[in-house]
Amino acid sequence: MEHELFRHGPSPAARLTFFTLLSLLLLVSDAHYKYLGTLRQGIATAIYPLQRIALAPAELAKSIGDFMQMQSSLVRENALLKRQNLENQAALLRYQALQQENNQLRRLFEAKARIPVPALMAEILYGERDPFSRKVIVDKGALAHVAEGSAVIDNAGVIGQVLEVYPWASEVSLITDKDHPTPVQVLRNGLRAIVFGSGSGNLLDLRYISSNIDIRPGDILVTSGIDGTFPAGLPVAAVLKVDRNPAYAFARITCEPLAGVDRHSQVLILASPPPESGKK
Amino acid sequence: MEFGPRQEILLPVKPGFITFSLVTGFLLNLLPTGGFLHWILPDFVAMILLYWCIHQPLKIGIGAAWIFGILMDVADATLFGEHALAYSMMAFIALAFRRRVTMLKLDHQFTHITLIVLVMQIIVVLIGLVSRDIFIGWAYFLGSLTAGLLWPALTYLLKLPQRPRSDPDRI
Repeated sequence: MEHELFRHGPSPAARLTFFTLLSLLLLVSDAHYKYLGTLRQGIATAIYPLQRIALAPAELAKSIGDFMQMQSSLVRENALLKRQNLENQAALLRYQALQQENNQLRRLFEAKARIPVPALMAEILYGERDPFSRKVIVDKGALAHVAEGSAVIDNAGVIGQVLEVYPWASEVSLITDKDHPTPVQVLRNGLRAIVFGSGSGNLLDLRYISSNIDIRPGDILVTSGIDGTFPAGLPVAAVLKVDRNPAYAFARITCEPLAGVDRHSQVLILASPPPESGKK
Repeated sequence: MEFGPRQEILLPVKPGFITFSLVTGFLLNLLPTGGFLHWILPDFVAMILLYWCIHQPLKIGIGAAWIFGILMDVADATLFGEHALAYSMMAFIALAFRRRVTMLKLDHQFTHITLIVLVMQIIVVLIGLVSRDIFIGWAYFLGSLTAGLLWPALTYLLKLPQRPRSDPDRI
């Protein structure tokens, strides 16, 4: 016991200095250089079982809830789904007709037919506890051939982009993450622009659009595809508010994402971007 | 203010129990939370580290706090060193103030615990501000209040295995 009491070692202040310096070193190198990816992946793999255990109660509660669901709500949901299915089928028929027509036109113009992008279904495991970042973790990783930089979408539009790939999971940076850029095009008039995550709340900013340009609330923004990450034509956001202040060169345009960026649990990861494009 | 909590004679703590409690805290931190709960739940790893720094400073100190900070950084996908720096700073403050805190009765420790956790949170927020230029809102600091409020319960739970079973004279 005595040797414990009088144990020699660096003083708390010395230890604090050492660990503070180490932390600062890690912070700087992680923020500016990407040397620590392997270390992060190793630790992430080690804590993966714990993450699954932590998710178990929620999954159990969900399955119990599903089991206990009332008959009436099931009937209602069934009716709704049937109606939706009909509507979708109608839309699908139109879509097929349009695709036929489009292919024909493309052939006429001797344009290259677009290669269909294979997609991978994934489930959102959890959102980040860290309130700074707009990121989610999904349950498909390197073992399912998810590549860094792939686009992530849901049924309504673009959700984000794969930022980091772990063996069994990957980290998706949402389009609402602060300063996350997404190249878009206004559906109505083909105007190209870049939309940035605003970082606060579930909103996007359309920046560098001069005040006199034709854009109005309700306009739909789709991906333009010029970055090579997102295939062209995926819906991204709808313009919510246009604030034209003559004092500034640019208009302040706020947009709302169309996809359920933080509502859904099922997402699609589009397979890796075409090889000729550079990563963000 | 009254001083001097009831002095207890406790059994020595098992290192396995310390590890177990920290891993449990880590699991609690990983629980998927949303909305209101997200803001109100304290950082369990920080609280448990704080407890052991105050009560077992020879076993758990700045180094252990740093290691669990790194684990939290990976789990939360924050920059490496963000939680690590905040936790090691917190451990240092806890080591400096531990005699003071243990002098106080359990319900009077609220202010100290809340303030120490608050300092930890302020460091996390500052790093976020500097590195990513984001301020997350004041609701984030509610976590330190809940940490203070849950502190007596945590102390009771973590002390349980150290309590002598019963009167040692009787079998």
